[in-house]
Amino acid sequence: MTMRKKMTRLLLIVGSWSVLSSCIAQDQAMNLGIPVSESDLQALDLVAPPDGTGFPEGSGTAQQGRAVFNTQCAACHAADGTGTSGATVIVGGDMQSDEAPLRTVGSYWPHASTLFDYIRRAMPANAPKSLNDEEVYQVVAYVLYLNGIVDQDAVIDKAALMAIEMPNADGFIDVSQRQ
Amino acid sequence: MTKQILEHAAANGLLNRRHLLKLGVASIGTAVSASALGAESSLNFSLPSWSRQPGANASGYGERSPHTDFMQRMAGTPNPTYPGGGASRTPLQHLQGTITPNSLHFERHHAGVPAIDPAGHTLVINGLVRQPLAFRYEDLLKYPMISRIHFLECSGNSGALIRGTNGGTAQSLHGLVSCAEWTGIALSTLLDEAGVAPQAQWLAAVGADAASMGRSVPINKAMDDVMVALYQNGEPLRPEQGYPMRLFVPGWEGNISVKWLTQLKLTREAGQFRDETSKYTDTQADRSSLQFTFPMGVKSLITSPSGEMSLAQQGLYQVTGIAWSGNGTIRRVEVSADGGNTWADALIESQVHDRALTRFRIPWQWQGGTAVLMSRATDSAGNVQPTLQSLMARQGSINTYHNNAMQRWAVSQAGEISNDYA
Ligand code: HEC
Repeated sequence: MTMRKKMTRLLLIVGSWSVLSSCIAQDQAMNLGIPVSESDLQALDLVAPPDGTGFPEGSGTAQQGRAVFNTQCAACHAADGTGTSGATVIVGGDMQSDEAPLRTVGSYWPHASTLFDYIRRAMPANAPKSLNDEEVYQVVAYVLYLNGIVDQDAVIDKAALMAIEMPNADGFIDVSQRQ
Repeated sequence: MTKQILEHAAANGLLNRRHLLKLGVASIGTAVSASALGAESSLNFSLPSWSRQPGANASGYGERSPHTDFMQRMAGTPNPTYPGGGASRTPLQHLQGTITPNSLHFERHHAGVPAIDPAGHTLVINGLVRQPLAFRYEDLLKYPMISRIHFLECSGNSGALIRGTNGGTAQSLHGLVSCAEWTGIALSTLLDEAGVAPQAQWLAAVGADAASMGRSVPINKAMDDVMVALYQNGEPLRPEQGYPMRLFVPGWEGNISVKWLTQLKLTREAGQFRDETSKYTDTQADRSSLQFTFPMGVKSLITSPSGEMSLAQQGLYQVTGIAWSGNGTIRRVEVSADGGNTWADALIESQVHDRALTRFRIPWQWQGGTAVLMSRATDSAGNVQPTLQSLMARQGSINTYHNNAMQRWAVSQAGEISNDYA
């Protein structure tokens, strides 16, 4: 029996107990989840995947993002994005280099959407979620610019992030269904 | 030493595992690291002081003996450019059995341990569902629960062997694995309540830490054996393990068991989060990268004798360790004392649980020569643990995740044990 089937049976038993004890249970499931609407969850739901769902309005250019990056990010990532530690390198690298390749946003990441998703949820590491959506778009544009993926006047918004082809986009093999 | 005729099971002193029972513990030594015993103990036949006066009262919350305080997780030094980021490792060489005490369970945080008040914490299920739902902690506690014993291993565990190491202990090299009894709600129960839409293929799981850790779980796994864990070894989760709730994904790389779980969003495609693209992806020698390599491979490790311990004198020792697999139960563990030329079957001395640590043991007679101790596990799916050489021949040296290779512990003539890969 799968765990799911076992649980369904267990719920039936628990359900019938509560029928006996309270005479108000109508369903075998617990049903203690409180119904909410997607609009209730706007502040909490930060999931911004490559299909474009979950991206807020707004846009920014690298030109605008430079100031944000220099004040909010450069202390850890260095002004040119080459980092102050192994964990903070976000520029450079070449997947075809002879030595072990340096894997960064520019050389490794398959999707531009991930940059928006990650910076909005997790950066700057000392004050996550302190940037507004415009600033996130601007600094995303700047990190793409530092990696030579867009020029400094390119307007980066949701549509642009969907359209950008990252250098290593074809470098990944999804094995999720092999296991 | 014993006068019994000892049956050898493999070269360089490995004995038949049945001698463990027959010889009894008295004649078998356990290798101990220098730090494991404070003072040299001596036999004392006078009545000790603690037998002459009443001891401490019962207490509200237990503490371990001060004589075992040396058993500590090994945490890195805090890094101001990575606030709260880092790991601590389980002292595997000091533990026995298969359950890791909660206070010694390994940790890996990407933005520190949040101080969550459960009254202010919500778990939401949204996206491709019939009805988005929000659950309060107090309500989740009312659901029927299941309990399962499972290991949890960071996919970065043992990566140092591929990067290149200098010495090391079982803890420093392999301490990102632990095992506990996890109790919680079958995720399918909560998903069924929200009503998963037929188009939903993935589930985005998000934590409430400062990094809002996000990972994608395929829907077939989510509906199969994943749980929302609320308890660990009988007590509410510790903050560093996700209090008040975490996802627990049996057998899969640790990072996907998202701690401080606050959102489950059903989607058509994977979220492509940073921690399933930039990190936790496996770049092969040809520079292609495998993504969503979830199960942890079959693995074992000799925890004693192990790196930085020493054998005080020649004689009989127990070789003991742990074995586990993300693909089922442990069927067999073999041990070699000659670097893998000959092998003997070890005794599986613990209960064998699916995707859980399993304890093995075998007697070994050390006669003062050099030796290389290794263990090799086979799981119920027939997978056999590889050598480091064959693992690296297959996948190269760029990827350091999912290293399930055999550890080699070298024994010198002086009885010093060290990491043979250094
Ligand atoms: C206090 C130091 C600090 C500051 C300030 C900071 N970061 Fe980070 N950043 C980090 C660390 C540390 C990591 C790696 C985190 C991890 O591995 O969990 C990181 C990771 C990243 C990554 C992902 C790197 C990769 O290859 O996976 C990006 C992109 C990034 N930061 C962008 C930014 C931006 C943009 C800002 C400014 C808004 C910023 N960071 C500010 C420390 C910092």
